[in-house]
Amino acid sequence: MNLNAFWEYANPKKFIQTTDRLLPWFAGLAAVTLVGGLIWGFFFTPEDYRQGSTVKIIYLHVPSALMAINAWLMMLVTSLIWIVRRHHVSALAARAAAPVGMVMTVIALVTGAIWGQPMWGTWWAWDPRLTSFLILFLFYLGYIALWEAIENDDTAADLTSILCLVGSVFALLSRYAVNFWNQGLHQGASLSLDKEENVADVFWYPLLVCMAGFVFLFIALVLMRTRTEIRARRMRALLARERMGA
Amino acid sequence: MMPDLGKYAEAVLSSYAVSILLIAVLIAVSVRRSNRIKNELQEVEKKVKSNG
Amino acid sequence: MIALLLRDIRLAMRAGGGFGLGLSFFLIVVVLVPFGVGPQSALLTVIAPGILWLGALLACLLSLDRILALDWEDGSLDLLATSPLPMEGIVSVKALAHWLTTGLPLVAAAPVLGLLLNLSEAGYKWLIISLFLGTPALSVIGTFGAALTVGLKRGGLLLSLLVLPLYVPTLIFGAEVARRGAEGFDVTTPLLMLAGITCGTIALLPFASAAVLRVNLR
Repeated sequence: MNLNAFWEYANPKKFIQTTDRLLPWFAGLAAVTLVGGLIWGFFFTPEDYRQGSTVKIIYLHVPSALMAINAWLMMLVTSLIWIVRRHHVSALAARAAAPVGMVMTVIALVTGAIWGQPMWGTWWAWDPRLTSFLILFLFYLGYIALWEAIENDDTAADLTSILCLVGSVFALLSRYAVNFWNQGLHQGASLSLDKEENVADVFWYPLLVCMAGFVFLFIALVLMRTRTEIRARRMRALLARERMGA
Repeated sequence: MMPDLGKYAEAVLSSYAVSILLIAVLIAVSVRRSNRIKNELQEVEKKVKSNG
Repeated sequence: MIALLLRDIRLAMRAGGGFGLGLSFFLIVVVLVPFGVGPQSALLTVIAPGILWLGALLACLLSLDRILALDWEDGSLDLLATSPLPMEGIVSVKALAHWLTTGLPLVAAAPVLGLLLNLSEAGYKWLIISLFLGTPALSVIGTFGAALTVGLKRGGLLLSLLVLPLYVPTLIFGAEVARRGAEGFDVTTPLLMLAGITCGTIALLPFASAAVLRVNLR
């Protein structure tokens, strides 16, 4: 029992100590790069000759889309670590990352829709890329809902990890299925925000800064939320033990 | 100082507004929950210690 | 294993087992669609394959929580878990029983309902083939969802939320086969993809379902 209790707290404790020092750095970096990049992009970049000022939306759209996918990948990796190594911080980090990833997905979808309105003349097109993101959003919803629904921490971690693995496979399948389903309809779209070759250097550098900003923001948020989850878990453990003792 | 956004001003401004709002809400919620849990945990730990 | 399969089928057939439920639901969805979109037969012909697939999918979804919930409540799932049968075998049998009692009747009913929706003549063959190939995947994926939510008191809604995104690839390829078939196009690619998804899920997903069930029975 004693040894178990030790392992329960040893690693999370170390995590909290380490991140105590790291978190301010990442938060600061995130603030500087994000604010700097967005101001650079918003105020000091020229208009694109085809897209007009809507090109400024890419400083939000591309980084958030990037992080929406990376967040899921991170959850996949941490879920695998949980399944293989039973490392509690790992499962809690996956839990902490999910809402952040979901918000990123929403930002990518909303900015995409707002950009599509003047460019494609419609708020929503069942474009493969947009559709895949909508499906990704549904996956995030299900994943978070499952975490919320299960009371036992370890059971929840196990089930959500497996859901994340299975979901990843199906998300990938959906990506191809959607591509296949709507091939040819929007392939002629001459304006794609995501094609790097379409992005000239003037737009590329501030975009890079914004991407870095979103990455740091994500890291800072996930670290902070993981710490919160660790503390919440410890609190539940303490309360449960007290109840048992009383 | 405000750049001339032309006819797409609405689209650009609204997407910045929505995104910044969402990020701000996310940060606010995370920070608040972090502080709340931190305080609660401290209280619980104090209680547990005083109980033995 | 065969005894378990027969038992599950018998239970499902019995009143309250949900055998007729899926079929009736399928019928109602298909009947309601023309009320929603209007009675023009040309329009119905166009959307018929998609509606039939969607209806079958929803009807399948409706009966998913019965796969494991009843056995969970009366404790027979615990007994099964301690029996010499491997957990993977149990979930496979459960999925098979669900398919035989829900998926197969849906496949059989689909052509009749296709009549109601003015499905084009070439469409019947491919509709049946696509449903026949696709519904097993729906049952297997559904069993995974049912295993995930089996311990929860109000798992029904969560089950739908978890399973529906997983249904997307099957629905896309299945409906694509039916649509292309109805319009007289080549169906090889989506058909192969659909078959691939079904084979893949049948082969791999029971392992995940069994792992999930073991966690829930812990």
